Amino acid sequence: MRNHVRILVGSGLLAFALFAQATGVASPQASPTPSAGAEISRSTTDHSKLEALKGPFKSGPEVTKACLSCHNKAGHQVMTSLHWTWETTSPTTGKKVGKKWTANNFCGSPISNEARCTSCHAGYGWTDKNFDFTNQDNVDCLACHDKTGTYKKFGTDAGHPLYADREFEPMEGPPGKKQFKAPDLTKIAQHVGKPGNANCGACHFNGGGGDAVKHGDLDSSLKNPPRALDVHMAKDGANLVCADCHTFNAHQPSGSRYAATAKDTHGLDLPKDDHNRATCESCHGPVPHKEAKINNHTSKVACQTCHIPEFARGGIATKMWWDWSTAGKMDAEGKPLFVKDEHGHLSYSAAKGDFRYGENVRPVYKWYNGIVHPVSITDKIDDSKVLELNRVEGSAADPNARIWPFKVMRGKQAYDTENKTLVVNHVFGDDDTALWKHYDYAKSIKAGMDYAGLPYSGKFGFIETQMNWFITHMVAPKEKAVPCQECHTRAADGRLAEITDIYLPGRDRNALVDTLGWLAVAAAIVVGLTHGIVRFVTRRRQGARHD
Amino acid sequence: MTKERIYIYKRYERFWHWSQALLIIVMMISGFEVHGTYDLLGFQKAVQLHTVAAWSLLVLWAFTIFWQFTTGEWRQYLPSLRNVLAMIKYYVFGIFVGAPHPFRKTVQQKHNPLQRLAYLALLAFISPLIWGSGLLYLFYGNWVALGVDRYLSLEAVAIAHTIGAFMITAFFFIHVYLTTTGHTVFAHIKAMITGWEDAEEH
Repeated sequence: MRNHVRILVGSGLLAFALFAQATGVASPQASPTPSAGAEISRSTTDHSKLEALKGPFKSGPEVTKACLSCHNKAGHQVMTSLHWTWETTSPTTGKKVGKKWTANNFCGSPISNEARCTSCHAGYGWTDKNFDFTNQDNVDCLACHDKTGTYKKFGTDAGHPLYADREFEPMEGPPGKKQFKAPDLTKIAQHVGKPGNANCGACHFNGGGGDAVKHGDLDSSLKNPPRALDVHMAKDGANLVCADCHTFNAHQPSGSRYAATAKDTHGLDLPKDDHNRATCESCHGPVPHKEAKINNHTSKVACQTCHIPEFARGGIATKMWWDWSTAGKMDAEGKPLFVKDEHGHLSYSAAKGDFRYGENVRPVYKWYNGIVHPVSITDKIDDSKVLELNRVEGSAADPNARIWPFKVMRGKQAYDTENKTLVVNHVFGDDDTALWKHYDYAKSIKAGMDYAGLPYSGKFGFIETQMNWFITHMVAPKEKAVPCQECHTRAADGRLAEITDIYLPGRDRNALVDTLGWLAVAAAIVVGLTHGIVRFVTRRRQGARHD
Repeated sequence: MTKERIYIYKRYERFWHWSQALLIIVMMISGFEVHGTYDLLGFQKAVQLHTVAAWSLLVLWAFTIFWQFTTGEWRQYLPSLRNVLAMIKYYVFGIFVGAPHPFRKTVQQKHNPLQRLAYLALLAFISPLIWGSGLLYLFYGNWVALGVDRYLSLEAVAIAHTIGAFMITAFFFIHVYLTTTGHTVFAHIKAMITGWEDAEEH
């Protein structure tokens, strides 16, 4: 009998284990994963059959003309977007913002460096300040709409792709010329569609001049990320593309660093709404957790704070420190010095100075209400301390603010020590002043400021700066969210140790109440023990007397 | 010396006492972890356990209040200052010299005058403090909807709750000690388990 029971239980366990294993393996396959092909098949147009796209196309603007022959409003839509203008007026501060004016501590200013920087402009031919922003033929349709994955704007050709194969020696790459192939524009023009991650990523993964450099939460690991890296973009996750959240309305992207929605009080984005889904709440609503206690956090804590435990998790390091002040060193042969660290990262570049990198970086947490105060290159600065280039607003008392995670980028950059302004540094160009040709700041800053038409005293120094980049991508699966006790802790390295204007349970306490409270508890124990001991002793004496 | 046994704690009362004891111990342990005093289960599990125990105790109290009123047992908690001094004198002095207990437990009066005062203080002061602050703490997310956010801060509520927690903890240790002051060390505890109290005649 007992054996029978054992066999029954044993086989039951075995069956359960097999069942669990089978479902564990089968479930990911069972979930529907629409492929890129399915997306194209939903289109009502096969662009390869269109007369206008027969080609052959010899230049980007030729393709654009062909696109606009049908999509006759698209050019003007793009030309009002930030992807084209690179400048806008902040809706919160009224200040002029955008790449042209807002200071950063990465590459610096596109002014006087156009041909290099505008390799990420949604257009063609922005070679200098005389670029015609009103000519719709200069809009680059393919950068965003190429579905072949072969279109590539060349790094130094003002937004143009290569039109003929070229030999080129990248400044910071291994020495020697490399062969670069010109993309087949005709084939690409015939295979266009909705933007995928690689389209957006061609620029946004490479912000700051290279893969993962700028954001920390955007790099090429997101082209095909595992679920643990990005639960939304993983094929076995939600399988979303950038534009599923950064919804476009007439070519205007939603989601902005200059006017972020730090607290989305609107919630779900329904068809009747504004088709702006660039917040978590747009899909998840304002109270998405099953547990009420966790929902209680959403008024003060941004979703990203718990759900993005670290940034730069995809195996690609992001820059955390960029010190321009050390640029210009030469090696023994008098050639510009480039040094790689043990991980293969460029740790010193004669062109750009010293770098430090980070992977799996725990963010810095700050209150943020969506209002940011970017320093412009024309603003007077205080050089007596570290300069914060884009102070973010918010506090515990601010009903619009929540605690957000940030990558804080630090570094040193040039400034005018007399006029107390930051400077335009002319780094790129085939002339006798560019820093990356002659490694002479005196010349390159003067050239940049003259070109920009800004006052310059002729005296420069270097100021330490820091910059806030809120972290919002690389959302981890919920089981990888930050555990409660990483904030609710008395440990000095608690994640919210620097957020001191709130009462944080598990961390904070009233010292007086705790002292008196423990004294009371101790007194209760001591009184009890003493009373008991005295009782024990006196009873024994009485017992002895009775005997 | 004859022994008299009286059935003093009825079945529900004993169930109530011990389940309440368990819940309060669980809440003390988990509560001080939430307070940050130590790391045992992890903050999240401590909060969850504390919350479940709180709701369980509220349900238990709902039944117990019903029981108190239907049985008339609530009268056991009516305070009386008579013989309080005699009780104090007994605990401070008489207990050490083998003086007789000044109070005789009966089914009608199962709490001595000091006990009555202590339980009334617990019921009238510590309990509203700890439940009031605890429920506000629990429903922090609804403060705006309830219109109470203007008058409250999480810090004030948390500190009030902590004060209540220290009081109940101090009470707990005194209470446990006093259970040993029967005619034998475990007499009171045995009575609370079996319901039967040995009333020793002197």
